[in-house]
Amino acid sequence: MEPLLRVEDLRVELPTRRGLRPAVDGLSFDVAEGEIVGIAGESGSGKTMTAMTLLGLLPHGARTSGSARFDGRELLTLGRRQLRDLRGRQIAMVSQDPSTALHPILPVGTQVTEHMRHHLGLSKSAARAEAVELLATVRIPDPERALGAYPGQFSGGMRQRIAIAVALAARPRLLLADEPTTALDVTVQAGILRLLDRLRRERGLAVLVITHDLGVMSAVADRVAVMYAGRLAESGPRAQVLATPRHPYTRGLLDALPHPEAADDPARVALRPIPGSPPSLGDVPAGCPFHPRCAFAVPACATDRPEPVPVAAGHLLACPPDPLPRDGAAPVPEGAPA
Amino acid sequence: MSSADSALPVPVGRPRTRASRRDLWRFLAKRLVAGAFLCVGITLVSFVLTQLVPGDPAAANLGNRAVEDPAAVAAFRAQYGLDKPLPVQYAVYLGKLVRGDLGESQQSHRTVKADLAEYIPATFELALFAIVLSLLVGVTLGVVAAVFRDRWPDQVLRVVSLAGVSMPTFWIALLAFFVFFYKLGWLPGGGRLGPALTPPPRTTGMFTVDAALAGQWGVLGSALEHLVLPGLVLATYTVGMLLRFTRASMLEILGNDYVRAARAKGLPERVVVVRHVLRPALISIITVAGLAFGSLLSGTVLVETIYSWPGLGQYAYTSAKNLDLPAIMGVSVVVAAVYIAINLLVDLLYGVIDPRIRLS
Repeated sequence: MEPLLRVEDLRVELPTRRGLRPAVDGLSFDVAEGEIVGIAGESGSGKTMTAMTLLGLLPHGARTSGSARFDGRELLTLGRRQLRDLRGRQIAMVSQDPSTALHPILPVGTQVTEHMRHHLGLSKSAARAEAVELLATVRIPDPERALGAYPGQFSGGMRQRIAIAVALAARPRLLLADEPTTALDVTVQAGILRLLDRLRRERGLAVLVITHDLGVMSAVADRVAVMYAGRLAESGPRAQVLATPRHPYTRGLLDALPHPEAADDPARVALRPIPGSPPSLGDVPAGCPFHPRCAFAVPACATDRPEPVPVAAGHLLACPPDPLPRDGAAPVPEGAPA
Repeated sequence: MSSADSALPVPVGRPRTRASRRDLWRFLAKRLVAGAFLCVGITLVSFVLTQLVPGDPAAANLGNRAVEDPAAVAAFRAQYGLDKPLPVQYAVYLGKLVRGDLGESQQSHRTVKADLAEYIPATFELALFAIVLSLLVGVTLGVVAAVFRDRWPDQVLRVVSLAGVSMPTFWIALLAFFVFFYKLGWLPGGGRLGPALTPPPRTTGMFTVDAALAGQWGVLGSALEHLVLPGLVLATYTVGMLLRFTRASMLEILGNDYVRAARAKGLPERVVVVRHVLRPALISIITVAGLAFGSLLSGTVLVETIYSWPGLGQYAYTSAKNLDLPAIMGVSVVVAAVYIAINLLVDLLYGVIDPRIRLS
């Protein structure tokens, strides 16, 4: 059976001053019911555009190709009306910053119930009752009263919970969580991630978590896909990809995570940044887009475009040299990057 | 797992309580006291200004007699207290003002209060018609322009708003008078009622409202017909102003994350535009609407004079022409009070629209 969401060879081109430029280039992944899949990558790697594509909310003039099938239906060719019926109802979104994603001057109750009533045809009182239940589910204290309050009256973590309640209100089957914890304190992050995990278990909700933070991935995702400059670098089961990364970029992201305990351990480095910065839209280098920043680049990397190939069960890798050791130990490159 | 969940901070919200209602009263009281002081300040400014104007009220009012008959001039001066030193004149004026006595008009020989009572409703009717029309048309077109940004409706409306704000009112007034009254004869060219009709029994002083209350439909029709031309002319500038401003603030709000979030919820575009975009945009729109009302009041001087509309604007014009000091002062006080009231209303509306203001 086909999974709930199957994205195949997705290509999204955005209009820039110099014409259309690919923001997402040949991306493929699946999300099954009750599964949490993470997409990781630095800003500008096309993560958010992937989510916008699935909702049909790309900026004017954007062009898509490839395929994104949700429950057997092709999303890329849906009409405006069909997309609107799908948004919120089937696929919902929680975005990065709850302080800007919630409407500042509409009461929480309105924001939770408006699309619920629109999509499900509930009466005002039925929607209210359901909203109270939903706010309780995401652990908002005194949900009755919260309905009449405004987003500004809640803390950041509470707001993100409300945003999740808003996203869940019309009982969607797939939740797109775009950097759901980036704006939050670490302690609050853990609560939000646990909430996502609980919702997936209790409701069979499929979640696509988009983040630059591999720490968030390792906490909840079943499978992860690492993107660089709009392309897939590596994807596979979470434990496999994060414990024994095969792509130098994944390795780099892992090394860029702070390890405070490393201060006492001379063998480890507290935090090793990836040199350089990701290419901007339209400036993607030929060959492997990561090769200018890669410590393991060989001459072929600058010319041949790497395609993702299976290297283990469910593990795809777009790095033909495949230079990393299989035991997950941090490698020490011999020379400085070219 | 739930231990960490419940350890999260509780909402810092505060429901609307009796305390916040008391805050509202305190705010109102403060603003009203400040408004009263402002009114007094304005009387001082207009008092001084009228004294600085070169010209002699006695000469202006008595005409040739002022030259021929020094006794009449002296009597005139004594009658209106003009023979006393300026500070005394001002003190006397203020003392009377507090008791609600605005003095006697040197022109109409009636009390200024009686004059104002007659003219204010006429102007209020005209200004109300114009501002309601401007808000309906200006805000609606502004929303259309923002939604169709850079497409043909927006291009057309850009020209419309530019024309609205850049054509001088006196010119539009004369043009409209010439076209719709003189050439086409579609609308009456002046006055508040057809010559054969008598005004409806006075309740509010606004002919349209009074006629409707009395059930005199013929009178109501005629009153509306007379209202259209000066009302439209008066609204031209404010429509252009509100259109531009509505478009600009709509576009600003449209770029927000919460609008994208509203679209991601699958709401119909109409709901997104009205509830999620127009509502927050209204905060800046009403600020401009308050200013627009002010510019509208000053526009009445011209429009009322051209369309012989017996209102405050025309009264202000004739009083100024004749240096009728009590009348000028009376108009100033009324206009100042209206300005203050409008600003207070705008401030209160902020709170109605934006809970962040209400709750802080």
